[in-house]
Amino acid sequence: MTRFSALSLVRNALSGNRDWDQQWPDAQPKTEYDVIIVGAGGHGLGAAYYLAKEHGITNVAVIEKGWLGGGNTGRNTTIIRSNYLYDESARLYDHALDLWEGLSQELNYNVMFSQRGVLMLAHNVHDVQSFQRHVYANRLNGVDNQWLTPRQAKEFCPILNISPDARYPVMGAALQKRAGTARHDAVAWGYARAAAARGVDIIQNCPVTAIRRGANGAVEGVETARGFIRAKKVAVSAAGHTSVIMETAGVRLPLESYPLQALVSEPVKPCMPCVVMSNAVHAYMSQSDKGELVIGSGTDQYTSYSQRGGLPLIEHTLAAICEIFPTVTRMRMLRKWGGIVDVTPDRSAILGKTPVPGLYVNCGWGTGGFKATPGAGHVLAWTVAKDEPHPINAPFTLERFTTGRLIDEAAAAAVAH
Amino acid sequence: MSRFRVTGKGRVDHHAPVRFTFDGKSFFGLRGDTLASALLANGVHLVGRSFKYHRPRGIVTAGSEEPNALVGTSRGRGRFEPNTRATLQELRSGLVAESQNRLPSLKFDVGAINDALSPLFSAGFYYKTFMWPKGFWDKVYEPVIRAAAGLGRAPETTDPDRYASRHAHTDVLVIGAGPAGIAAALAAAKAGAKVVLAEETAEIGGALLSDPEVVIDGAKAWNWIAARAADLAESGVRVMTRTTAIGYYHQNMIGLAERLTDHLDSVPENAPRERLWRIRARHVVLAQGAIEKPLVFHGNDRPGVMLAGAAQTYLHRFGVRVGDSAAVVTSHDSAWHAAFDLQDAGTGIAVIVDTRTDVREDLVAEAERRGIRLRLGHTATGTDGRLRVSALRINPLRDGSVGNGTKVFCDCVLMCGGWTPSLHLFSHTKGTLKWDAENTAFLPDRKSEAVEIAGAGRGLWGYGAALDDGAKAGALAAEALGLSAAAPTHDVRQDRPGTGTAHEELPTDHDRGHTRAFVDFQNDVTAKDIRLAVREGMRSIEHVKRYTTTGMATDQGKLSNINGLLIASNALGKEPPKVGLTTFRPPYTPTTFGTFAGYHRGAHFEVTRKTPIDSWAAENGAVWEPVGQWRRARYFPQGSEDMDDAVARECRAVREGVGLFDASTLGKIEVTGPDAAEFMNRMYTNPWTKLAPGKLRYGVLLGEDGFIRDDGVIGRISDHRFHVTTTTGGAARVLNMMEDYLQTEWPDLDVWLTSTTEQWAVAALNGPKARTVLDGLVEGLDISNEAFPMMSVADCTVAGIPARLFRLSFTGELGYEINVPARHGRALWEALMEAGKAHGITPYGTETMHVLRAEKGFIIVGQDTDGTVTPDDAGLDWAIGKAKPDFVGKRSLARPDLVAQGRRQLVGLLTQDGKVRLDEGAQIVDDPNQPTPMKMIGHVTSSYHSATLGRSIAMAVIENGRARMGETVHVPTGKGVEAAVIASAVFYDPEGGRAKL
Amino acid sequence: MLLIHCPYCDETLPESEFAYAGEAHIARPADPSATTDEEWRDYLFIRSNVKGAHYERWRHVHGCARFFNAVRDTVSDRFLTTYPAGAPRPALSDLEASE
Repeated sequence: MTRFSALSLVRNALSGNRDWDQQWPDAQPKTEYDVIIVGAGGHGLGAAYYLAKEHGITNVAVIEKGWLGGGNTGRNTTIIRSNYLYDESARLYDHALDLWEGLSQELNYNVMFSQRGVLMLAHNVHDVQSFQRHVYANRLNGVDNQWLTPRQAKEFCPILNISPDARYPVMGAALQKRAGTARHDAVAWGYARAAAARGVDIIQNCPVTAIRRGANGAVEGVETARGFIRAKKVAVSAAGHTSVIMETAGVRLPLESYPLQALVSEPVKPCMPCVVMSNAVHAYMSQSDKGELVIGSGTDQYTSYSQRGGLPLIEHTLAAICEIFPTVTRMRMLRKWGGIVDVTPDRSAILGKTPVPGLYVNCGWGTGGFKATPGAGHVLAWTVAKDEPHPINAPFTLERFTTGRLIDEAAAAAVAH
Repeated sequence: MSRFRVTGKGRVDHHAPVRFTFDGKSFFGLRGDTLASALLANGVHLVGRSFKYHRPRGIVTAGSEEPNALVGTSRGRGRFEPNTRATLQELRSGLVAESQNRLPSLKFDVGAINDALSPLFSAGFYYKTFMWPKGFWDKVYEPVIRAAAGLGRAPETTDPDRYASRHAHTDVLVIGAGPAGIAAALAAAKAGAKVVLAEETAEIGGALLSDPEVVIDGAKAWNWIAARAADLAESGVRVMTRTTAIGYYHQNMIGLAERLTDHLDSVPENAPRERLWRIRARHVVLAQGAIEKPLVFHGNDRPGVMLAGAAQTYLHRFGVRVGDSAAVVTSHDSAWHAAFDLQDAGTGIAVIVDTRTDVREDLVAEAERRGIRLRLGHTATGTDGRLRVSALRINPLRDGSVGNGTKVFCDCVLMCGGWTPSLHLFSHTKGTLKWDAENTAFLPDRKSEAVEIAGAGRGLWGYGAALDDGAKAGALAAEALGLSAAAPTHDVRQDRPGTGTAHEELPTDHDRGHTRAFVDFQNDVTAKDIRLAVREGMRSIEHVKRYTTTGMATDQGKLSNINGLLIASNALGKEPPKVGLTTFRPPYTPTTFGTFAGYHRGAHFEVTRKTPIDSWAAENGAVWEPVGQWRRARYFPQGSEDMDDAVARECRAVREGVGLFDASTLGKIEVTGPDAAEFMNRMYTNPWTKLAPGKLRYGVLLGEDGFIRDDGVIGRISDHRFHVTTTTGGAARVLNMMEDYLQTEWPDLDVWLTSTTEQWAVAALNGPKARTVLDGLVEGLDISNEAFPMMSVADCTVAGIPARLFRLSFTGELGYEINVPARHGRALWEALMEAGKAHGITPYGTETMHVLRAEKGFIIVGQDTDGTVTPDDAGLDWAIGKAKPDFVGKRSLARPDLVAQGRRQLVGLLTQDGKVRLDEGAQIVDDPNQPTPMKMIGHVTSSYHSATLGRSIAMAVIENGRARMGETVHVPTGKGVEAAVIASAVFYDPEGGRAKL
Repeated sequence: MLLIHCPYCDETLPESEFAYAGEAHIARPADPSATTDEEWRDYLFIRSNVKGAHYERWRHVHGCARFFNAVRDTVSDRFLTTYPAGAPRPALSDLEASE
């Protein structure tokens, strides 16, 4: 594998850019692997990379029904932050954030992680209470997050409307400065290239149709469009499609898949220095390196795998954006797209072992999956390699839905009174 | 008059000059021009700089697919917009336009250094570098990259324009008013269908506007269009021009954006700028035509190189010659017609280069008759010129090899690589496409909506074919609705049917590693970038697209997708459909945020709910607090009071005298029917069977997960009637939950639920003098403590108004909540204020209410509980009917974690320093000196200064809090650490005597 | 925006009048206290999340306010049928046959 560097760029430029290697080979499935990971998104590829790098397990296949990084990894608004309320979530996302900070160097692939700061707007007294609670909890957990007055928020993001006459006035904001954005495709490609370099097979266009279990109940491998592939350990990391695959192993999950829409504007010169999120009006926005305003909204109300999404949600989201940033009404929406997010009852992920020996699951990330990518991959690899959860993902079990020990960030944000 | 304007040609008004400026220089165009045609009429091709290499770029197309001619336009303060398509923007008087992405000027741009370094900036280069030293990315590289990227500049002031939206329903919606669309609309309308015909540009006619010599049913094209316009009007077809269908949504709902004022010289007062239409059609006909493909060859991006069809449109529709000497490069018949028409208008045709050797004989003969130099079986391999093309290099193709090149001098190059059916909207429906190898195009296959595709969208070429197909589609649409329809055929003379071949990058004698053959003009993606992506392992077109950014510019691949796909599939050695087609996503063309936001701006963003007493509060200086959709009076400052002063005064008034509070926002649900008590037993934790009519009880509602969802005081009005109150924000949720259980789990229960939130206005009268104030106003009820004790409810009249009177207290003082029909709310309020005047009655707001209830330890659901709190956690175990076999959430309370030790329990918290008020949300620890991450044992849920107690008070949830009364805990504040003592949450009048006076 | 047929109003109306209400035919146990923690979890949280014909509930919240059931293809979002709450679960084969 050619190491990427300024020097390699120059050398290749002089030779007409003809000597670049394949970043990852298009692998053909072998008959057996030590570990099969179903789903070549950032999480699955990340897990494969860390299995090879940190656990020395290189006989690994990542099997993908479409093209790698083509699911939610390539369909999100690329926001990365770790200012979650509960200790369990803060630890998991902050672990991811730590890894994000060195990821470009780690992978020798510029994932353009940009710590631009994420500003979360409070629009009513309840928001203020809730975000203050986050700020305090984060500080004691060693996660950076600070409280800003409306004026300070506007200094940080000058296009923000802080007029007290707004329908939902800004009453303050929580700012995580370490938070930011990254180039989503590069994360998948960077992990794929680095994993492939360590011997991992990345098998694309190969839908997994079922998980096969042996007489003793343990996993034996996966049935695919290209035949049966044997493995004693299988980790399913297939986001919105996880339910369908796990069902074939007889494991039913507390998951529902919803469409989530996002959109970008036409590119313009830099006008927005950070990410701004507003839960009260359900919209968030940042500006990409290319200059596009990247805008996200809430999920549609019904479960769906259609990736179509409705117009009313886009109307509402853009109305909200125009409220928060009144100078953008003449900007134009360039394209919108839909992802399918798998949501658990407590809006937190399930990451760990399952009742089936040798079967592991990583799902339920809802709208928070991208930001967790390196962290999720890292602890999933640990869990698969050692057949026991890493302390960071230990609370994110399937059992919590039986015991009631939920990690309910959404409920913690609570309801208006 | 510029020498490029052709007298007598075009649909412009040659007698109506229109002045505009471009980059500060003044120009004249004509009424009917687009900005692009007006610039071309003035000999201006150079209009912008490309995204990455900052290469000079000219106008390429004549439509909304334009990748290069994007300019900033403005018309006064707040009305600047970036990235206006000059090809779509109609010229208006005084239009101010500026070029983009150049510094300091369009002709000399320092960013063009990128072009010189372009070998470094190959596809995906940024993934491979800028990684050292670590930390330089955000601080050094990224800001530079960001400044170089972007196209126009963002608007900086608030937009004064309004945006509108509207719904419409129709039998048939036809999208695209070219020949196929017009024929479809007429066929459907004549069958009796209600038809809407939407057209993106300013007038109907489509390609016929650019082909005036075509004769249809004996009429020349423009006469035919005029006659059909009259037919359409007569048939009741609603023709919507300047209206772009932007998205095709579920079940034939189409979103359309109508541009209303951008073409006008001045904006009428209050006229909306744009309007979003949501049209629900029983059937849709897509007649969006086809988009011409550029040819991919070295230097194909130089200003002056444009699509042949665009040149033809500029000539016929706008009366503009795009140059004096044109070199034509084509692989399709259509460009030959353009060449002939331009020659007729006085533009010299330097050469027609066709990559094919076998071209239709009539075209060759006509060219020869005209004396045009022909180069069949040739390729184009380069262009000369800096800011404008000056020559085209052409080479013969012999047996698959490329011969020596010769230069042909020219001032414009007209290219045509065939046509791509416009199936974007069809693609939005998730309808499938199939590859047509002969047409080298994707054509519609399986449909998922009630839709027909007509004309060039189905790969049909020529006006006769388009017209007949359109009529057939219109008739099919009508027949699908049960109408009987006819599909007339058309007699077309001078038709211009055509065929062609498709190429990936044109053959060249250059080293392909060094050619600059552009596929995506705006994003500067070349053929070799795509080949590089394939070489680096990008196998699917989605990977190629994302790695190179081809097709991701503002034209969304309208010009580049097929060329990119052909190059990628060639490099992969696979058939194009095996490599895939990227999905088109709404909107069809970029659409302003304002159009989507529509009316929902400012105060109309979301409805503001106001109580019947709101107007009184507004007149009396209330400071507002948004609570859900409601606005509520937070406090009533007097003089120079700040919130703390006002709240302290209001609190004192309630504790010492009497205060009045607008509680109308509380949710109210009437639960009636013979099984009402049983229903309440099943829904709420409390027992209801034995609650006597006329009595109140505090009720707790759980989710099925066992956590507190809502609470409120509930009155039993009669055996079969309960008056339930909910939290302000919870009203709709609680009703929905009740309806859900009633309708789907217990349909056997004879119960009706009615929301009465808006029916009642509620005034809460609190304080030791409450009864004194109320007494004189009440009729029909003895409100003495003996006759009407705490937790009673009765009907009576108050101030002559029929009322439902509750005796309860959320403040700890003697209190009443007076419910009257909403329309009497303000009258009641004023009567109470008047009656209380002598007693110093004081209106108070939500903030004071919060302080008063906190002094009593009453919880606010959503503040002191958060969706993870059980009744026991909140100290409300007493509210659970232990004997009841079941209620919503009961089973969950027995789950292992909900009965575990160490749960956080609601307690009071008193700072050691009573002057310190903790922040709500502050976290609590046992050991403030432990290292991070600290073990947090709880957090502050409510915190106020209590004027009554002369110190701060707080409520908190703390692990095992109730067992730790009197213990000291610590609250790190960010500035230091506050010590606080765990206490009962009831800070005031713990015996509760004052409410029972 | 979807169009949804309310089986009570017998009208096909836009989605904005309706609220989605989750998977259908998950009956609350008659005696919750008799369920195991696992059974109770299944009732509370486990969902089929099918890719294809999904039995689900909607409420005509801005109309007749009643809950009803529907079968919708979650791949195309197309409704195969809607029917009143309490009515038996229609067999998929019947729905496809009536297409």
